[in-house]
Amino acid sequence: MKLEFDIASGDFSKAGRASSRIKKMLKQLQVDPKVIKRIVVAIYEAEVNVVAHSVGGKMLAEIDGTGITVVVQDNGPGIEDIEKAMQEGYSTATKAVRNMGFGAGMGLPNINRNTDEFTIESEVGEGTVLTFRNNF
Amino acid sequence: MKVVEKYHAITVDTDKCTGCTHCMKACPTEAIRIRGGVANINSDRCVDCGNCLRACPVDAFYVEHDSLEQLNKYKYRVVLFPAVMIGQFPEIYTEGKIYEALLKLGFTHIFEVEQPIGMLINEIKREVEKSTRKPMISSFCPAIVRLIQSRYPSLVDNIVPVKAPHDLAACHAIELLAKQGVKREEIGTFYVSPCSAKMAAVKRPLGEEVSAVDGLIKMSDLYNHIMRVIDKEEKTDTAPLRKNLTLDGILWSLPRGEARHFKRNSMAVDGIHNVVKILERMENDEVPVLDFLELKSCHQGCAGGILLTGNRFLTVERLQKRSKRYPHASSIDISAVSCLGIKDKMKANPIEPRYVFALDTDRLKALEKMQKVDRILCQLPGIDCGSCGAPNCHALAEDMVQGKAKMTDCIFLQNRYLNENKINIEKATKNLEKAWGKNRFDADCNRRGGRNEGF
Repeated sequence: MKLEFDIASGDFSKAGRASSRIKKMLKQLQVDPKVIKRIVVAIYEAEVNVVAHSVGGKMLAEIDGTGITVVVQDNGPGIEDIEKAMQEGYSTATKAVRNMGFGAGMGLPNINRNTDEFTIESEVGEGTVLTFRNNF
Repeated sequence: MKVVEKYHAITVDTDKCTGCTHCMKACPTEAIRIRGGVANINSDRCVDCGNCLRACPVDAFYVEHDSLEQLNKYKYRVVLFPAVMIGQFPEIYTEGKIYEALLKLGFTHIFEVEQPIGMLINEIKREVEKSTRKPMISSFCPAIVRLIQSRYPSLVDNIVPVKAPHDLAACHAIELLAKQGVKREEIGTFYVSPCSAKMAAVKRPLGEEVSAVDGLIKMSDLYNHIMRVIDKEEKTDTAPLRKNLTLDGILWSLPRGEARHFKRNSMAVDGIHNVVKILERMENDEVPVLDFLELKSCHQGCAGGILLTGNRFLTVERLQKRSKRYPHASSIDISAVSCLGIKDKMKANPIEPRYVFALDTDRLKALEKMQKVDRILCQLPGIDCGSCGAPNCHALAEDMVQGKAKMTDCIFLQNRYLNENKINIEKATKNLEKAWGKNRFDADCNRRGGRNEGF
């Protein structure tokens, strides 16, 4: 089962759509609630990242019988130092974004913590691709 | 684990129901379908919140209850009622007059259920402190507990495993009378309920087989009975009957009534649709770290209960004024309202998740069904008209993959099939009659729904 979501830059009211939809589906598949929670947190963080930091992007999710694979790709600006970005508390979020309660520097570490497999690729000027998978 | 049959308070009076679909659209768990022209409740999904009762323009929903005639069966007749009952009466009826009226109606003992609230507060605080999961969610509102069990199974462990006042009231009353040497079979306990959810919860307490309540009375019924016998003058002093009542008890069922004991580390949400939004966020870890979350299914808490007669805001106002005349729970000697084994009684049995929204217990089959739902949705018009007897197109598609509905149940698809000569008009009419009943579409003011004036 494949799903695709467009994620617009800067529109925080829409962040959470993909995670809500996927959450509903996983419940219908009777996936263990603890597993669902991890997936949903990871997807929501990824959505917020695209909204807060990028110029826009999309999320592709594929659910199979044993788990879910999510690919989140944006169209820039890319991450300069991935190692730093993966540290808890490190953030490049603007003051405006922080004032909205986002950008605490927990996004990527949270995704890493809540997924079974996680890879991140990024090129400055090109964009960032996150790929993660959780098994049921 | 012993499986206890699910009990429901709400049933449909099929003679009254016109199949107007208002309830179907108001139901927060999509538990209602229209079949044969009348509403049909899926008991696995129903949480007894009572939104259907509120939405119904013809009073077709029926809440199972007892009449006051049942009182004659017992020597000692105890009325157990939540404090909101007093709040719905106009100010000229003092609580003394209301108590007197209850005695006149034949009750021998009067017991406001929030009397042992001090003990409950301590127990809840202990549980919240002990738990590593935050925030802990109140178990006060039975509709909310059931909602979490079915729609938010990941949050069941966040529910405070302590019972609500209504669970304890009967136990208290029985033990207090037992101390005076009264036998159990001589006592009739009657709970006066503000809503359908508590009716169901009292009749079949979570995880318990036998309820300590002998009779269930609708608060709206009792209101009418009281108004019939209430006096203009207060003749006897009934104040001693309220000596264990507290400010905290009176406020308990109102918004922030529980949350206020956790000061700013708490939040209170009322209205089941608002609660759904908060629980969705909580599942995503989007709720700030709080100790305690108070969730109530009705707006303005129990003051907005479906079985109350008074206006909910006036009820809250009167109760707030009333509460100021009573002491804080902390200043009351708890042993006065304590009863044997109360510690055990306060503990709720484990609250298990109930996966009623799963498409199939076999995950691969569920996945297959989900893909099918997606394909069906491409065929449906997506305007959620409800003409098929399901609340929206998505619900219809789910019904289809579960074998509970057909493509031709959609009137728009039917029209297309007619145009494509895939079905004939007789078949199409038969399909409509399946959802809406025979002769439903005749030009006749006296047929079912013929005089529906809407809202």
